[in-house]
Amino acid sequence: MKELNELNIPEDLGYTEDHEWAQQTGETIKIGVSDYAQDQLGDIVFAELPAVGDTFNKGDEFGTLESVKAVSELYIPMSGEIVAINEELDDAPELVNEDPYKNWMIEIKPSATEEYDQLLSASAYMDLLKG
Amino acid sequence: MRYLPHTQEDITAMLQVTGNKSLEDLFSGIPESCRMTNDWQLPEPKTEWELNDHMQAIAQTMKVDQNFKVLIGAGSYHHHIPETVKALMSRSEFLTAYTPYQPEMAQGTLQGIFEYQTLTARLLGMDVVNASMYDGASALAEALLMGLRIGKKKTKVAVSAAIHPHYRATAAAYLCPTEFELIELPYLEDGRTDLSGLSDLEDVAAVALQSPNFFGVIEDLTGAGQVIHDQQALFITCFSEPLAYGLLKKPGDCGADIVCGEGQSFGLSRSFGGPGLGMFGCKQPFTRNLPGRLVGETTDLDGKRGYVLTLATREQHIRREKATSNICSNQGICAMTAGMYMASLGGTGLRELSRLNYDKTQYLKNALVARGARLFFEAPTFNEFVVEFPQDFQPAHQRLLEQNIVAGLELGGLYPKLKGRYLFGITETTSRQDMDKVADEVQS
Amino acid sequence: MKNRVGTSGLILDEPLLWEKGKKGRKGMSIPHSDVPSSPLDEELIGAPVDFPDLSEVDVVRHYTRLSQWNFGVDSGMYPLGSCTMKYNPKINEKQAATPQFAAAHPMLDDQYSQGVLQIMYELQNHLADITGLDAVSLQPAAGAHGELTGMLIFNAYHQGHHSKRTKILIPDTAHGTNPASAALCGYRSIPVKSNENGMLDASDVSELMDEETAGIMITNPNTLGLFEGQVRQIAEIVHAKGGLVYGDGANMNAVLGVADMKKCGVDVLHLNLHKTFSTPHGGGGPGAGPVCVTKELEPFLPVPRAYKDGDLYRLELDRKESIGRVHGFHGNFGVLVRAYSYILSMGAEGLLRASQLAVLNANYIREQLKDVFHLPYPQPCMHECVFSDQLQKDYKVTTLDMAKRLIDYGFHPPTIYFPLIVHGAIMIEPTETECKEDIDQFIATMKEIAREAREEPDKVRNAPQLSKVRRLDEVHAARCPCLIGTCTPPEQ
Repeated sequence: MKELNELNIPEDLGYTEDHEWAQQTGETIKIGVSDYAQDQLGDIVFAELPAVGDTFNKGDEFGTLESVKAVSELYIPMSGEIVAINEELDDAPELVNEDPYKNWMIEIKPSATEEYDQLLSASAYMDLLKG
Repeated sequence: MRYLPHTQEDITAMLQVTGNKSLEDLFSGIPESCRMTNDWQLPEPKTEWELNDHMQAIAQTMKVDQNFKVLIGAGSYHHHIPETVKALMSRSEFLTAYTPYQPEMAQGTLQGIFEYQTLTARLLGMDVVNASMYDGASALAEALLMGLRIGKKKTKVAVSAAIHPHYRATAAAYLCPTEFELIELPYLEDGRTDLSGLSDLEDVAAVALQSPNFFGVIEDLTGAGQVIHDQQALFITCFSEPLAYGLLKKPGDCGADIVCGEGQSFGLSRSFGGPGLGMFGCKQPFTRNLPGRLVGETTDLDGKRGYVLTLATREQHIRREKATSNICSNQGICAMTAGMYMASLGGTGLRELSRLNYDKTQYLKNALVARGARLFFEAPTFNEFVVEFPQDFQPAHQRLLEQNIVAGLELGGLYPKLKGRYLFGITETTSRQDMDKVADEVQS
Repeated sequence: MKNRVGTSGLILDEPLLWEKGKKGRKGMSIPHSDVPSSPLDEELIGAPVDFPDLSEVDVVRHYTRLSQWNFGVDSGMYPLGSCTMKYNPKINEKQAATPQFAAAHPMLDDQYSQGVLQIMYELQNHLADITGLDAVSLQPAAGAHGELTGMLIFNAYHQGHHSKRTKILIPDTAHGTNPASAALCGYRSIPVKSNENGMLDASDVSELMDEETAGIMITNPNTLGLFEGQVRQIAEIVHAKGGLVYGDGANMNAVLGVADMKKCGVDVLHLNLHKTFSTPHGGGGPGAGPVCVTKELEPFLPVPRAYKDGDLYRLELDRKESIGRVHGFHGNFGVLVRAYSYILSMGAEGLLRASQLAVLNANYIREQLKDVFHLPYPQPCMHECVFSDQLQKDYKVTTLDMAKRLIDYGFHPPTIYFPLIVHGAIMIEPTETECKEDIDQFIATMKEIAREAREEPDKVRNAPQLSKVRRLDEVHAARCPCLIGTCTPPEQ
């Protein structure tokens, strides 16, 4: 497992205490898990994602990531409707291990854009990890 | 006691290491108020020979013993079991191993179960088969729960009244504390399930049919599958006699999404109803909703082929309350045995044995009809059927018992409307002479 | 190390069944037909099933070779914590195969099946005696099945009292089956934290227990191998709020003849006959999980149950308040016969002695290894002791590595990474049937592995080396599941 100083926590994203990230891309938000989350889980073998059109409230479980011997629930950082899922993960869930930021999971159309500002900044998230 | 290896010297030496004065002292953490003070009513310990005598004496009280021809199936079938299967399943390397959590020490169990999964999948026409459930009845209950999981917000499941009554009772017990509704579909005059009421029902997650059903009747699975799928419900089929699929169409080829049933016929004795095994399979899209263990193929560090338990994140030891089932122990050695039996039969032998069961059953059917009995259901059957006699059959049943034949199961206890009708089960173990004896009694 | 048991030998390879054989072979005798062939509607006939055709010798060699890749209790020490891998007496196998019992059909009238009913009746009574409880159902086919039965009884009991309960208390040391079984009955698990001594505190239970909680599920001794000393107080708290106490009897092997489950306040308890009562595990099953209850809960037990009516043994088929059936027939009857045979062989004295020696063996190991491996809960244990890999962390050697290294030395590894509250847990349950010499050998081996972890860590990380296969790629198995044998052509 990585030491804290080996983790990659990009500056331009918003984070949650449950180790998801969110990135604003025009009208929509892309969502994935942090480097810390993928490292803790180890080799990811399966990603269970919602269907396009599903709607969620902030904090709802929207899917799961599985390693061989653990399951991690995914909680949505912002309310909204799913407009796209990353279908590449169907066949290659290990992409999340390779680059957890390039390989997002869902894209949503947010119903409350102000929720973005409530997310943790990279430095606040890092502080959280340091405990 | 010969299973306990400790000498007094060992005990003294070990107590010295643990720092205890006596064996009793090891239990000082147990409060007095929790202590066992009752005198047990257990008999004095028996030597091996005394135990043999005791068990023999009990065995002698079995009025219907192994010398009887029991012409009843009803979920428990008498088939010949090859000596090879008995010998191989008794190998203690298989028998005394635990669940294969350490695959390097359990490749025998793992490859054997992988082979069982594969042969069973081929038999049933399924894409995936698990490493077994407890029995046919609990497998049906689990299949219905699986249907409800896949059906997400749907709240009902329907089962045919021609499914084994004990299987339906088990499903009802499993579903009792839930909000889900279990609906029973009646059977038609020909013995098949009446699906006409299905279109009036909403929110049905899954519909289950047994084929051959409890009456031995072969259901029109293909037709049923279309009706059920038109209702956007999953199609579950179950069985108590897997040998039927050596001759009949595989449920998977008829559109079944989930198939479950009892596998006792494949190399296991009746043993008063257990242990048998719940066979359980599904089509590929539903794999992650399957209950129970799965063995998968992989490679080791040197690239050598090997087998492991896999997709374990569905199971209770990882997902706890969110698991697909609470099952942990399955019927491991019974699944191995079923694999051994299927391997011994082979494709050619399976078809031959299955055909023989069918032909023998038809022989008794025809012989009874020729003597004035009536087949209660007209639809084709496999190795069981329901018959109605021109007069009370009970006296003939008694006379046949005196000739060491149990001539069918009277159905009034299970289906009050079928009082006085008998369910017969015939296998390759039933001789023509015995069937003639039964037919002769009808005439007299 | 001198005299190690694990060594290399000739292992014969064996392909998959369908990679051998030839169409037209037959591995078993099929009777000649003595009846005419009957027509069957072509519409109903299926395509031939694609089973390989093998000869009898093909089948015998195949499974004999497979068996040689396996390790069982008959092969050697199998200290798998929580699983009670004690010796499975051969005489029990013989009794279960008694022709009259093996041929017993489950749907005949009671009068024709007296022998099997007598065994059920007597076993019910013996198990009631042994646990201190009042009534028993033999129907559940395994421990988790017994738990489900227990939860169905909880549900029926509360419904009978017109009390809607939605939650259940489950300690953090519980087996995963507990919350999964409770969930099947719609109960939401409320975790109860164990205290710094690894045990439940009555005050914690008192805080969580309310009138919406159906009760508590307690494994006692718990999965740390410790007897829950406050179990009676806890039971009183739960009962006072109208709840029930479920006892997970997976660890009964520690307390036979010592603890009375009724006095502990337990209302429903399951036993694992395949653990405590010596029936073989069969590479995963079958087990048997009889459920024992108090008089008050007897009406809810599954039907049928055996009872005695004058000189006749009978099955009670209907009881108004029963939860119904949980099995097609009478549970795993063949397993029941083995347990009955075991109880009669052991007698009361033998069962008590078995528990005493199981606890002695575990404490002996705990005492001898406590300086070599981290012992998170240092007090004396019952039938099993739980260590961790904390002292080996600095050498980057894990519990998994050490477990795999034990294989090379000829031991089955202990249970690892359970209970979850111990990080890197190593859970050792020797059972009473291991002799002092073998236990000494095991202890010496564990010490040797600790030394290797320190001085030659690669040896441990690359273990096992002597087994038929080395570590297997579980990630690949889960990412690209190959669950039936068609996905990859056999390698040449």
